[in-house]
Amino acid sequence: MTVYATVAGVSAAHAVSRVRLAGLAYVAPAVLWILLFFFAPVLIMVGYSLLPLDANGALGAPSLADYRTFFAESAYLGALSNSVVTTAIVVVFSSLLAYPFAYCIACVIAPRFQRIALAAAILPFWTSYVVRSYAWLLALSPTGVINYSLRALHLINHPLILAYNPHATELGFIHFFIMLNTLTIYANLVQINPRYALAAEDLGASKFWGFLTVTLPLSLPGVAVGAFLTIVLCIGDYVTPQILGGFRELLLPQLIMMQIQRQLDLPMASAMSLILTVVVAMAYMAMQRWLKMARL
Amino acid sequence: MTARVHDDHRFLARLVLPALTLGVLTCGASPAWADGTLNVLTWCDHEDPTLLKPFEAANGVKVNFKDIDSTAAALAVLKQSKPGDWDVLVIDETDTGRLSKMGILAPLSAEDYPFSTIPATIADPKLTSVDGTLYTVPEKFGYNTVAYNKGNVDPAAMTEINAPWDSKYKGRVAVYDYYVPEIEYAALALGKDPATLGDADLEAIKDKLVALKQNAAMVGDVTTVQQALATGAVDMLVGGGEWVTAGLAKDQPNLDYTIPKEGGVRWQQGLGVFASSNEKPLAVKFIQYILSPEGQGKLATSSCYWGMPANSAALLTPAQKTILRWNDQAAFVKSSHPYLQMTPEFDKKLQALWASVLQSK
Repeated sequence: MTVYATVAGVSAAHAVSRVRLAGLAYVAPAVLWILLFFFAPVLIMVGYSLLPLDANGALGAPSLADYRTFFAESAYLGALSNSVVTTAIVVVFSSLLAYPFAYCIACVIAPRFQRIALAAAILPFWTSYVVRSYAWLLALSPTGVINYSLRALHLINHPLILAYNPHATELGFIHFFIMLNTLTIYANLVQINPRYALAAEDLGASKFWGFLTVTLPLSLPGVAVGAFLTIVLCIGDYVTPQILGGFRELLLPQLIMMQIQRQLDLPMASAMSLILTVVVAMAYMAMQRWLKMARL
Repeated sequence: MTARVHDDHRFLARLVLPALTLGVLTCGASPAWADGTLNVLTWCDHEDPTLLKPFEAANGVKVNFKDIDSTAAALAVLKQSKPGDWDVLVIDETDTGRLSKMGILAPLSAEDYPFSTIPATIADPKLTSVDGTLYTVPEKFGYNTVAYNKGNVDPAAMTEINAPWDSKYKGRVAVYDYYVPEIEYAALALGKDPATLGDADLEAIKDKLVALKQNAAMVGDVTTVQQALATGAVDMLVGGGEWVTAGLAKDQPNLDYTIPKEGGVRWQQGLGVFASSNEKPLAVKFIQYILSPEGQGKLATSSCYWGMPANSAALLTPAQKTILRWNDQAAFVKSSHPYLQMTPEFDKKLQALWASVLQSK
């Protein structure tokens, strides 16, 4: 009996270890991928950021000089602040505008038209990001569609300066991220059981109150996922501010590009990139804490 | 057992194949090393087939080029390459000294090139040589001064360097986003000699540039400012020159440029041979071709951007010479200052200054 139990125990242990090994083997490519293409580049960037260029433009002795320069230079801090503020504005407006759109698709439009509406929502994704930014420039420029129309209607005498400023950058971003947020919010809304809202109505809540106290809180994870993706993509974006912003205000990715394009100052560019990465990580942690995403 | 072996093979294949694919792709990122190939790191104006084909046909070789837009971009490519991968470099000649000191450039023989027909100011050894050794040959130059739409602004007013600061042009000015010529232009507007700029001058230059930005509608890169001037979004471009206006002359005859009485800034590009090149004789032939009257004519009128040919014997039509303001060149060269040659430390200070200007409200 004891022999059988021992044999059974050994077999079970072997089975468990085989399962573990198989699990490790399946996970290994993903882990290797992340180690190679995320952690290794980040470590290289950390290394570079600690080797500021010397007076001859060569890698110098290890120090925190580039970080000190960044935090001592008001223009650099201003670029970081501009990036954070722009991202915050884009997150708020794209979420606010995407929500009703996603809600209409998920809860108002008849199911047979939902796919068409969803396809229409993501249609602008089919064009290149750069082309979309230039398309906005064509609309907003002093000789663009908006100014042309306003002048044709004799509403203005001189063209309005709509492009080449931070608001143009925000507009370009919001347009793009509305689509992204619509998808994440829609994906969340369709998973909510419609009986919850009906139950709230049965218990005397108005439609609006039912939405406010039942549907909206349940859909917040979708909003949060969209907001987080918006933060990640928006704060590191270089193209839209470059095309639409016209350097009216410098964002941190533009400053990073300046370090590389002009001087090949990889240490300073690495230091700035890591600061940006820390900001994104902080945003993620704040969001995770707020929504307790780990439990969801 | 067999099934398990197959599974193992499949598993290995899933791991190994992507790794092999990655390896193949990585190898494919290097330049072509085939015999009879000249590898050139170049700006966009050397990429016209009409420019390259006669050289390729005459020498039975293929010119393999990689587009760069600055010396920093060239250095970035070199960091990813093996010695001998690249043969010829198109370079901003203010960087000749820096790159030759890094051991990147090979010495050249002046007698191989047509220096007798290159103006002395353009052939200035300060830009081409280090300690008497020639490292780059000038091939093309132009200006960062004021480009404008003469249909909307008075050309005579544009000869005054402070015109872009005039409040009557508020919102009609674009500023080219390259800190070196803009800082030099502001220095000239303040009555300073760009060649002697030091730390003590930077505060005043910053204030001057902040005032310029406040008068401007936009600060933008090459494409943005050229488009703004061409579409009428602005009437004046500080930092502009023939590189903006000449290529558009057929469709936009009102676009022109000038050098103010107080002076302007001159850019100048040259050709160098990499010290590690395995094709040095062919590289020299390539430079000789680009410096030939035929090569110079084609380079000057490249579809990417126009510029003055360094060799005054360039084959250009009278109409092309008019667009390039050929007859004004002697005066323009005399009154213009080349880009600053500076230490990396001072360069960093200028870059921080420019960042402050861009951040100003």
